[in-house]
Amino acid sequence: MAPPIPAPKTPSPSQPSGKSEVTDLKLQLRQLAGSRAPGADDSKRDLFKRVISYMTVGIDVSSAFSEMVMCSATSDIVLKKMCYLYVGNYARCNPDLALLTINFLQKDCRDEDPMIRGLALRSLCSLRVPNLVEYLVAPLGAGLKDGSPYVRMVAALGVLKLYHISAAMCLDSDFPATLKSLMLSDPDAQVVANCLHSLQEIWNLEASKSEEASREIEALYSKPVVFFLLNKIKDFSEWAQCLVLDVVSKYIPGDNNEIFDIMNFLEDRLQHANGAVVLATIKVFLHLTMSMTDVHQQVYERIKAPLLTLVGAGSPEQSYAVLCHLHLLVMRAPMLFSSDYKHFYCQFSEPSFVKKLKLEMLTAIANESNTYEIVTELCEYARNIDIPIARESIRAVGKIALQQYDVNAIVDRLLQFLEMEKDYVTAETLVLVKDLLRKYPQWSHDCIAVVGNISSKNVQEPKAKAALIWMLGEYSQDMLDAPYILESLIENWDDEHAPEVRLHLLTAAMKCFFKRPPETQKALGAALAAGLADTHQAWDVHDRALFYYRLVQYDVTVAEHVVNPPKQAVSVFADTQSSEIKDRIFDEFNTLSVVYQKPSYMFTDKEHRGPFEFSEDLASLSVGAQSAENVISAQRYQENDNDLLLSTSEKEENGSSAHYGSVPSAYSAPQALTEAALIDHGSSAFTSQSAFAIDDLLGLGVPDAPAPAPAPPTLNLNTKSALDPGTFQRKWGQLGITLSQELSLSPQGVVGLTTPQSLIRHMQGHSIQCIASGGQSPNYKFFFFAQKEGSSVFFLVECIINTSSAKVHLKIKAEDGSAAEPFSALFQSALLKFGLP
Amino acid sequence: MISQFFVLSQRGDNIVFRDYRGEVPKGSAEIFFRKVKFWKEDEAEEAPPVFNVDGVNYIHVKVAGLLFVATTRVNVSPSLVLELLQRIARVIKDYLGVLNEESLRKNFVLVYELLDEVIDFGYPQTTSTEVLKSYIFNEPIMVDAARLPPLGPAAMFMQGAKRMPGTAVTKSVVANEPGGRKREEIFVDIIEKISVTFSSSGYILTSEIDGTIQMKSYLTGNPEIRLALNEDLSIGRNGSSIYDYHSSSGGGTVVLDDCNFHESVHLDSFDIDRTLTLIPPDGEFAVMNYRMTQEFKPPFRINALIEEAGPLKAEVLLKIRADFSPSVTANTITVQMPVPSYTARASFELEAGAVGQTTDFKEGSKRLEWCLKKIVGGAEHTLRAKLTFSQESHGNTTKEAGPVNMNFTIPMYNASRLQVRYLQIAKKSKTYNPYRWVRYVTQANSYVARL
Repeated sequence: MAPPIPAPKTPSPSQPSGKSEVTDLKLQLRQLAGSRAPGADDSKRDLFKRVISYMTVGIDVSSAFSEMVMCSATSDIVLKKMCYLYVGNYARCNPDLALLTINFLQKDCRDEDPMIRGLALRSLCSLRVPNLVEYLVAPLGAGLKDGSPYVRMVAALGVLKLYHISAAMCLDSDFPATLKSLMLSDPDAQVVANCLHSLQEIWNLEASKSEEASREIEALYSKPVVFFLLNKIKDFSEWAQCLVLDVVSKYIPGDNNEIFDIMNFLEDRLQHANGAVVLATIKVFLHLTMSMTDVHQQVYERIKAPLLTLVGAGSPEQSYAVLCHLHLLVMRAPMLFSSDYKHFYCQFSEPSFVKKLKLEMLTAIANESNTYEIVTELCEYARNIDIPIARESIRAVGKIALQQYDVNAIVDRLLQFLEMEKDYVTAETLVLVKDLLRKYPQWSHDCIAVVGNISSKNVQEPKAKAALIWMLGEYSQDMLDAPYILESLIENWDDEHAPEVRLHLLTAAMKCFFKRPPETQKALGAALAAGLADTHQAWDVHDRALFYYRLVQYDVTVAEHVVNPPKQAVSVFADTQSSEIKDRIFDEFNTLSVVYQKPSYMFTDKEHRGPFEFSEDLASLSVGAQSAENVISAQRYQENDNDLLLSTSEKEENGSSAHYGSVPSAYSAPQALTEAALIDHGSSAFTSQSAFAIDDLLGLGVPDAPAPAPAPPTLNLNTKSALDPGTFQRKWGQLGITLSQELSLSPQGVVGLTTPQSLIRHMQGHSIQCIASGGQSPNYKFFFFAQKEGSSVFFLVECIINTSSAKVHLKIKAEDGSAAEPFSALFQSALLKFGLP
Repeated sequence: MISQFFVLSQRGDNIVFRDYRGEVPKGSAEIFFRKVKFWKEDEAEEAPPVFNVDGVNYIHVKVAGLLFVATTRVNVSPSLVLELLQRIARVIKDYLGVLNEESLRKNFVLVYELLDEVIDFGYPQTTSTEVLKSYIFNEPIMVDAARLPPLGPAAMFMQGAKRMPGTAVTKSVVANEPGGRKREEIFVDIIEKISVTFSSSGYILTSEIDGTIQMKSYLTGNPEIRLALNEDLSIGRNGSSIYDYHSSSGGGTVVLDDCNFHESVHLDSFDIDRTLTLIPPDGEFAVMNYRMTQEFKPPFRINALIEEAGPLKAEVLLKIRADFSPSVTANTITVQMPVPSYTARASFELEAGAVGQTTDFKEGSKRLEWCLKKIVGGAEHTLRAKLTFSQESHGNTTKEAGPVNMNFTIPMYNASRLQVRYLQIAKKSKTYNPYRWVRYVTQANSYVARL
């Protein structure tokens, strides 16, 4: 497509690399420095241009610094701007020389032309030289009071630049307070927006260090500020509107009327041609209505059309970003999009990353009413010349088959794929047929008939080969020549390099042997021998062969019981992503998290995360901590979104359609055994769960402690306490454990604890807020906090509950040690009431 | 909030590079280019517009063969950055008249001037071409537009269409005409991208129109403009919308699924008489975007057939019929058809007297390609091809060929029948009579016929 990458920086006519050019430039600049001759400015312009163009291609022209500064005494604004650009680029590496520029920049800051004042102030603040900050304060102070909005606009961001060079200097000069009053009073919308940008960034960075900053953040997201900004929204540029909408999405409305007021007010923003404005508005709508099931669903219906229009309107890149968000919504509530399936058909010209998203959406929304059309369409893509997409389409058909109850027709289609005789199609299909058989063993007859016709020589991909071998072993009684195919595969053991295939060969030979001993005995012997000799690559193969060998030697019946026990069909294949992760991505709507399908802590460094996002420290402590945004607004998130969507499905009496991404336990058969259980278990092992298992083990080791009689509470808690995760984390790190306790949960409590949300809601009723929670039955983990009424004393609690043993393990950290006992009593009494009527 | 902005040429050279926050280490442009060039993740061969390398997020758009890139370490809104990049490209085009590598290289100082005002410390400030005018002091150095390959959807007006002043889309908003006077004119383009999928029996499986009313104003003094659309235009399907007080079964009505508007548009009288009122800002912008899935008459019918003619041979027959008025002519038509992967050779047979048609067999991607310079409304064209296979087909050549896809541009045609009834400019004086150009064009987005 594009020409090959150029050789790294070879000298070419257009890209001088040499020092001689720079020396030459310096010389010419020096000659012109003092010149007042007519035309001098034009020559300077040419020279400056060359300097800037070298700078752009990455040639170091910093050695010309003093010459550039000498030439900067000019009234020509084009020259001035180029000089500012140059100085801004190199000042940091030449702090001594940068001092030379202070003089003329300061002078320009007092120029009578507001544009010169603004430009000079911007450059002055962009020098990023720590020992020059003292020269910044006065011009910044003046800039914030300047009569020209342009200068104030520059100054408002200048404060933020100062903060990044010297936070102390910025805070000591009390600039944030000035910004705050400017934000609420300035007539110019961009000045207001820049104040807001600066304040948000400064306080977010300060929040982990000071209480004051947390309060300031709260103030930014408080009703007066939010409504002030909302009322001005049409004065703002579209970019600033996005900023304001982001602030609104963090606001917690007092009551439902406020929610409806805000939504009605912002309704027309959904018709904006700028996709960023629309998505920011949608985020507000989604977050505001989290606790109102019906309205939340209406929001989904309302935003569909604008989103689809945006997908069609912009450049491919813009539509991709929108489509990622649509993808997220579709995955959360597939049934709401089931009639829109045609919009997710792939178009010929679309890039493969778009097609992939669409295929996933099609898979998710397939239900009884549209499966036929969707699968027909997918089968067309399977013939596509774009092989990755063809593969993806076949997988999609398979997934649909796995989530449907009526798979009759789909199985036929899958079997037709095998008849296409394209290697990659056959390979993908075999893997799918295997999964299908694990879920629907009743189809074995039809499938085996077709699979039996496939020559193993045409199957090369290890995954597909492993699948074929699995089927040969599993259904060896129905496939006449199964032992012979296995035998020939075993004969070619050495050509089979993938350990995956070898492992399956061993197991298949065993299974076949139990069913048809005389025909398989020889092959099994050969397989075991070959496996035992296999010490070159993976010890797995060797170990399994040895294990089988000893097992068979010990007792064939036992061996059969171990290797080939009767199986339950797999009811639900595990979801790749936990619902906690999905919820966090949803909380981070309209950010990169949605595009990457990962919560932000997985791809951003700590310092670039706001305090309102969880860092991995806390996230790894807790099992999939909830995002901070829903923590600050715990009240709002009373309803877990999953509940919302489940209730939707009930409403539509659509319960039969499998619901992608729901809690697996809701669908799995009562006793999913052997493979099913293994797979379910393995998949839920979300990284941090290992830490959990240890907790659990320790928990079991502790002897039964009788539940202490709940002491009468002598402590009053603040009913509206608030704490942001950053502060929580800091406090948690600072404080030692005041109390550590073990108690038993009431049986009713155990029954009631089906989701973390039920307990969170209960504890809220006792003025104890949850900041993070996670886990799945039987293990749950919570972080709670509470605040003493009328004081700033906080109590922090880590609470681990195992519902199968009814054990609760508490760790309490208190800022006031003397109040820890009464708080613990209060907490326990609240906890023990859980589940009681 | 972005950290850096840069524009790379197709070869990966920095044409413009601006670091706003100094948080991303040097060499980011090279890291980015390498990654895009040799993308190999997730089985895909094309880099998505947004990706992360070592904690740095790279967000890019391709415009006119150039890569416009922003980097950031923060979890920003991808839409915001992508819209911003696209807008920066548009603003630069407004100033330079033409956006391409040459014009950018010649005017990089002006571009730096723009970038200084558009973004400060990574935060977008203003992208209004008009507001920016007062901050820009460099004069654009014009490049010769005539010998440049056409760019962007509006550029199609440059070729062939004699009715249009060709220079219109390549005029800078700040440059003056040679006479020192600015020509008062305004362009309104109705651009529709259509997607149609035909089943093997010729039945329409899906169809959609994505349309834009694009405006480019060179009017001085910001006069108010009224743009009247079809009176019976209705918005929202299935009667679910509050707008839907017309009976949509009336045949003639145009029903849009949904639309959105530029922020300068006032919709006060839109519900009553379907009129948009606006004071157009300088430069190019989309007044309205719309989407329509209502059935429409597709401009082309495609007939494709592949038949075996012996064990190692097959014959292909491709036929296209232009289903529109003879007064309209489609141009730059390409028809592509993938053939079985074991096809070794293809020979073509054009219809008698064919003019301006070329054929090719793309060996690497195994497709037949048929290009036609133009097709007049009502005309029908046929292509026959003989394929030679390198191995015996298994009697399912039809399954292994296709789908046929088609690309075209049809000036002065719009599939949706959405019309600008009139374009009214508030008069400043009696003699004030600016040029106004209302132009329609339809393009294929995804025009596919299955076998």
